[in-house]
Amino acid sequence: MKTHSFIVSAAVAAVVAGTSAASADTLRLLTWGGYAPEEVVAKFEAETGHTVEVTKSNNEEMIAKLRATRGGGFDLAQPSQDRIAGPQAEFGIYKPIDLSKIDASQFIPSMLEATKGNTTVDGEVYGVPHVWGTSGLVVDTAKASSVKDYTDLCNADVAGKVSYRLKRPTLIGFAYSMGLDPFAAYGDEAAYAEIMGKVEDKLIECKANVKTYWGGGDELMGLLRSGEVVASMAWDTGGWKLNADMADITFVAPEAGALGWIDTFVLPAKGKADDAAYAWINFVMQPEVAAMITAAAGNFTASQGADAYADDALKARYQASFPQEAIDNIKWYPPVPAGLEAIEGGVLDRVKAAN
Amino acid sequence: MRTEAKVGLGLLLTPLLLWLSLLIFIPHVDMFIVSLQERIGVGKYQTSLANYLTFFQEPLYLWTFLRTAVMSILATLMTLLIAFPVSYYIAKMVKGRLQSALFLMCLVPFWVSELVRTFGWMILLRETGIFSNLLQFVGLADGPVEMLYNDGAIMLGLVYTSMLFMVVPLVTTLESLPDEVIEAGYDLGGSGLSVLREIIIPHAMPGIVSGCIVVFMLSLGNYLTPTMLGGKESLWFTELIYSQFIVRFNWELGSAFGFMLLILSSAIVWGMLKLTGQSLEKTMG
Repeated sequence: MKTHSFIVSAAVAAVVAGTSAASADTLRLLTWGGYAPEEVVAKFEAETGHTVEVTKSNNEEMIAKLRATRGGGFDLAQPSQDRIAGPQAEFGIYKPIDLSKIDASQFIPSMLEATKGNTTVDGEVYGVPHVWGTSGLVVDTAKASSVKDYTDLCNADVAGKVSYRLKRPTLIGFAYSMGLDPFAAYGDEAAYAEIMGKVEDKLIECKANVKTYWGGGDELMGLLRSGEVVASMAWDTGGWKLNADMADITFVAPEAGALGWIDTFVLPAKGKADDAAYAWINFVMQPEVAAMITAAAGNFTASQGADAYADDALKARYQASFPQEAIDNIKWYPPVPAGLEAIEGGVLDRVKAAN
Repeated sequence: MRTEAKVGLGLLLTPLLLWLSLLIFIPHVDMFIVSLQERIGVGKYQTSLANYLTFFQEPLYLWTFLRTAVMSILATLMTLLIAFPVSYYIAKMVKGRLQSALFLMCLVPFWVSELVRTFGWMILLRETGIFSNLLQFVGLADGPVEMLYNDGAIMLGLVYTSMLFMVVPLVTTLESLPDEVIEAGYDLGGSGLSVLREIIIPHAMPGIVSGCIVVFMLSLGNYLTPTMLGGKESLWFTELIYSQFIVRFNWELGSAFGFMLLILSSAIVWGMLKLTGQSLEKTMG
């Protein structure tokens, strides 16, 4: 009798789990902090009747999560455009986007075309653009006026008051600052390894200057706010947010060029609510909604006409950090070929271990 | 009757067996299989021992493991040294409500999550933190003092995090030691030191061993404390595993590291037991 009821309850549990996973109007969104503000989610739910479950993450975790489930567990994800073609070829975690279901007129055409090109694998498009921005330097201009480029973080006058991430943007930024061209070497593993070797030496030499390698945005904000760190590699929004409170601190586009990224929309291979996903994409690309996301995330979107609704203070900060020549000098990330991460990983491990 | 008893036993064992097989055995088998894969091209893999070879051939990985193990052993010894007097005081010197109150005070920090506790230490130790300001205020330091992001901070965090896991087994074993035995030791002319060496420590040995094993394993497997308090100098083995899995997408190497951690840490515990003439059976009994 006991065994019997156990089997029955197990069966009931299985059925319940099965049906709840199959319900189609829940959009499980894997995104970055700030990309799905509560007011936007509420507006979307009221308009379409779908419900949205937001999971906040970052590039590496998004791909790791999707790889663990072979593309399941989420209906829409937002990795950067350079991290789509490689993982797709390697792990097959996304499914192609049906462009006919997307209102292309809502996108800035050049950005849409560039993203489509960078996320094409075997003739199929896997991503459309959403939010874009850059990473460069956030500097306390009163205390670290000498810092104008990535390698200036190694200057003696800011020793012990510098921070950056031990991740690939740092490698790329330092390489450009040293006069090398890592993006041009993407296709050639040997040349790329050589460039990374030079960057490794520089980063090891520079390690004594670093207070700590920051891991998350909040950690960095704390370090900059307290004055423990006066110059750091960071995202543009981080600098602008601090600038609102502390006039001396702002984002500086490095001389070697800020690194430009575009976060996209992709459909995970086993996503179950594609209609809700397309509805979300078309909903958030409306200029008014896109402006709400810009206000929350601090970054501009690929939505055509959203600039008109953006906050004037943010626009002023953007213009102060980016004169026209700095915009022209932005290095946009090309797609990362599969396998380059292993070279970078070795470099980062050795830098971390160096004394 | 016999068959009914067998069914009963089977049912009682089911949760344990499910637990062991679903949450421990199967994931490990899966991880072992992954660790034997070698990437030879885009989306192509072959079975080989390449990942384990990488672990032994790249001095960095071996060095990181050694560093982690040595620091964990140090943290275990320090925890023991601090926790033993505390436990002895709680178990033997005080009685009644005070005893429960003191024991509870050891427990209280564990009501908040490890993350919050670690943040607490960061607030205390950082350059603009409380200790630094206090030192400047009383005139012991001229400028801000950075106490975070070094090995000392990691050690502090590890000892603090594992204190409870040493105190609990120690208090339990020490409580079971009758006061009369200690008194008899003194009556027979023993000094404080010889009573400690001949009576108290031998009696507390099972508690010391089990406490040390738990603390060592927890320190070795700790991710949060070394990463957050150690900053740029952390270099902890679990951090390597995390970065292989999450940052590098190299699950194959990460799995191999995970297995090496399991094997090497078991070997260290086994070696320590042999070295100190203890056995797991004695500890359990």
